Amino acid sequence: MLLIKNGRVIDPASKMDAALDVLLDGEKIKEVGPAGKIASPQGAEILDASGLIVAPGFIDLHAHLREPGQESSETIETGTRAAARGGFTAVCSMPNTKPVNDNASVTRFILDRAKAAGSVRVWPIGAASVGSKGEAIAEIAAMKEAGIVAVSDDGKPIATAKLARQVMDYCRSLDLPVIEHSEDVSLAAGAVMREGVTSTRMGLRGMPAAAESVCVARDLQLAELTGARLHVAHLSAKASLEQVRWAKSRGLRVSCEVTPHHFTLIDEDVQYDSKFKMNPPLAAREDREALLAGLADGTVDAIATDHAPHEPALKDVEFDRAPFGVLGFETALGLALEQLVQSGRLSLMRMVELFTTGPARVLGIERKIAGGQPADLTIFSTDRAWTYNVKESPSKSRNSPFGGRTFKGGAVATIVVGRIVHQVQ
Amino acid sequence: MSIKFRDLLALEPLTADELSFLLDQSKPFQEIQKHPLKKLATLRGKTVALAFFETSTRTRISFGAAASRLGADTMNLQAEASSLKKGETLLDTVFNLNAMKPDCLVMRHAASGATDYVARHLDIPVVNAGDGTHEHPSQGLLDALTIRDRLGTIKNLNVTILGDILHSRVARSNIHLLGKFGCKFTLCGPAMWVPRELERIAPGTSIRCVYRIEEALDGADVIMMLRVQTERLDDPPLSANDYVLLYQLNAVRLRRASPNAIVLHPGPMNRGIEITPEVADGPQSCVLEQVTNGVAVRMTILYLLIGGATESGTHPALEVKSKESTNASD
Repeated sequence: MLLIKNGRVIDPASKMDAALDVLLDGEKIKEVGPAGKIASPQGAEILDASGLIVAPGFIDLHAHLREPGQESSETIETGTRAAARGGFTAVCSMPNTKPVNDNASVTRFILDRAKAAGSVRVWPIGAASVGSKGEAIAEIAAMKEAGIVAVSDDGKPIATAKLARQVMDYCRSLDLPVIEHSEDVSLAAGAVMREGVTSTRMGLRGMPAAAESVCVARDLQLAELTGARLHVAHLSAKASLEQVRWAKSRGLRVSCEVTPHHFTLIDEDVQYDSKFKMNPPLAAREDREALLAGLADGTVDAIATDHAPHEPALKDVEFDRAPFGVLGFETALGLALEQLVQSGRLSLMRMVELFTTGPARVLGIERKIAGGQPADLTIFSTDRAWTYNVKESPSKSRNSPFGGRTFKGGAVATIVVGRIVHQVQ
Repeated sequence: MSIKFRDLLALEPLTADELSFLLDQSKPFQEIQKHPLKKLATLRGKTVALAFFETSTRTRISFGAAASRLGADTMNLQAEASSLKKGETLLDTVFNLNAMKPDCLVMRHAASGATDYVARHLDIPVVNAGDGTHEHPSQGLLDALTIRDRLGTIKNLNVTILGDILHSRVARSNIHLLGKFGCKFTLCGPAMWVPRELERIAPGTSIRCVYRIEEALDGADVIMMLRVQTERLDDPPLSANDYVLLYQLNAVRLRRASPNAIVLHPGPMNRGIEITPEVADGPQSCVLEQVTNGVAVRMTILYLLIGGATESGTHPALEVKSKESTNASD
């Protein structure tokens, strides 16, 4: 048993923000009660959360753990350790591994490895199409039985409107969300950053915002056609967000996520350094403003990291040649506190929602602090200063644009299934 | 006045004073090109590594000639002869080259920013001989030198650039150099090659994009042509006939420019596509002067980056002259 004492519990599901103690018993929360009122059971471990926030366990809807197949960039073990440091208790792993997670045996392999790693929960996302090649529909039902929580051909969109329609139809019958990496690949071909004054000045090939929003439009129309649950991954453009807002107003079962790097940085921050290269690329100033508004007004459902490790041998090359992607787990909370809460744009409650109940709703699950709920909690500080030293990250990769940045607040303890998997001393 | 430069990666970050200094230092090297004996001993014992990861003829030869006329030796690396195709990273290739202890690296690469990236990892001076579609600083300098020779100034001129500006490193270097001297730019070409974003790449410089060549040429003092490639790797091809119809510089169109207007082209030219032979070979064309000035400018760059100012403070090209005259009086 684990008794968390003296913390400030913030629970978006019940809109609770109070000084409460939480008693965990194995897999479940046993009791939540006023501070000091829960008697410490014999032999219970006590965690003093004075001055800290106690929140439901953070969920990351979008991560690349690179195993199987690209273990020199990340493994499930190193990736989940990095996730635990960031305060995440569950991460959804994208299927673009080698081989692609397009069948139940790969799904089971991932779950077995996650269990062996013994850190945070890994919820695999299955490929929508076989090999994510955009031809045949993957064995989605078998993967669901094995444990996937959603489908996606992430890294690219589902190749054709026809296939996307069929996958959405099928997933509606299976009650699985379809996560789309919405991108018109012909508009994005050859591009390495967002098109704009900065790309033009730097002589780097840009993709227009429309490379994303054209495909978002397609996917939303298909969500309406099929009635499927559609989740737009790493939404970066104002035009895309406006369309999601429109779709929600029509009552479509549509959701979207935004990454910390997109709500923090813009195209003007790009240097000739591949740690600023990701897809979708850093967007324009006005896109960031729109994302911040969407995070505040509820149009955006979740903060997701798109944690995308690439080992230095792959990433430390010319900007044009480097693969897309940056690390995300360890800096997400610090950036959210800095950009959203400390800036006065969002309440702490809303920020916690974006890491917890928001992503949970996308997956169709509950997430709250109450007796009988899973014993997954994220305990964090809103004021402890710390500096991100990417060289000390448990991740196998170093491709973060935030190395050396100092944050105010971050994860202090990450509790998964009643067990502390990460704790700052 | 003497200014120190660690690298020469781009003209954008340089001030008007630094650019003027580079141009002024080139003057004596321009004179050297007219001498029967062009070789100096300024950089004797020094080695210049020429690493061209993208094919080039004139820039590579021009830097080679500049090094040799300063008395330096050169090491040559060309992409096709390198180990890049064997999977070696750019950084490893450059580190290997650096291990042979050159005093300076002159580098061309197809990726924008590749020279910045390499320079961050090297302790020797790096000269950008063209990086992707970013900058081509020595071309910008030699163009400015050519304009100053012909028109007497590089200040407050109306400069028109014609062609595929989006993909032109030459255009960017010229805008960043001449813009600091009050030149106003008119960019003209097919709209997909002349995006409006170009008007804001150099804050403080007047840049406008127009799509009719007649409008672009009205009152121009300098007309810069760019090599036109109607077929590009990632884009749908453009009709060459349409290009000729809309944007070819011919003698009739040239009359719209100011009477003393000059025509520059960084080469290689597509005669009959972007420019007619009568204009290319006409009195207003400066194409070959640009090439000659290229050697002088590149001597300046190598001299300043490797040699620095001489102890006496005298320009090396002038030092030779004074020695020659001393010898004569002996």
